[in-house]
Amino acid sequence: MTASSPEFVPGPKIKEPRIRSGRVRPGAEQWSWRFMRISGPILVILILTHLFINLVTGDGVSQIDFAFVAGKLASPLWQVWDLTMLVLALLHGGNGMRLLINDYAHRPALNKALHAALGVAVIGIIVLGALVIFTFDPCPAGADASLLPSFCKDLA
Amino acid sequence: MWMWVVHRVTGVAIFFFLLVHVLDTALVRVSPEAYNEVIGSYKTPLYGLVEAGLVAAILLHAFNGLRIIAVDHSTWALRHQKQLVWAVWIIFAVLMAGFLPRHLMHVFGGA
Repeated sequence: MTASSPEFVPGPKIKEPRIRSGRVRPGAEQWSWRFMRISGPILVILILTHLFINLVTGDGVSQIDFAFVAGKLASPLWQVWDLTMLVLALLHGGNGMRLLINDYAHRPALNKALHAALGVAVIGIIVLGALVIFTFDPCPAGADASLLPSFCKDLA
Repeated sequence: MWMWVVHRVTGVAIFFFLLVHVLDTALVRVSPEAYNEVIGSYKTPLYGLVEAGLVAAILLHAFNGLRIIAVDHSTWALRHQKQLVWAVWIIFAVLMAGFLPRHLMHVFGGA
């Protein structure tokens, strides 16, 4: 090598990040990044279908009542659909909110309090939604039959 | 830069709606009457418009999210990212043009 390779010039010293994440687990943020990119396209399909079925087909928003929801939730397909949507959407949204909190809530106490509130909200809503899906009865005993899906008559 | 703002604002709006939406749907576990009463407010003109805004936010967040993934994974998309921003807005406009008349008829038409 006759052509002298250019002398190594160190780049400008990179400043310490303004905010430290405080995380020590290596790769945690990479997993967060990956999760957002995997769950995102799945959510696009799940949610756009959900909106199409509930708001565009049939009578749109006017058709939504107990009988409509019960008719859907009586089918295993929609149970799995709604459960997947519930978990992925809350984790995706919760992780997004976590990133916003890290970006904007600089005071450590505030940052911590917001993360705690976020965790409670995300876990609480996932548990609540899952309980509803798993324990739901489309034909509750003693309910006004006119409000129930039509197949409840056959069971009575 | 603007799409970054759009993505954040729509994301936060969708997140808070999601919390409320799971809570209102959980009323199916209380009684048919309780659910029908609360969901009835979703059919009022005011909420019908909020709902249209929510669908708009979801569509923008969805297609801009797909654009971000494309730009991260392909140099072609990176080179054409300006055109892809246009693509996001065009897909958004086309889908809203299909959705809005139908939705507004359901909300205001008394169907």
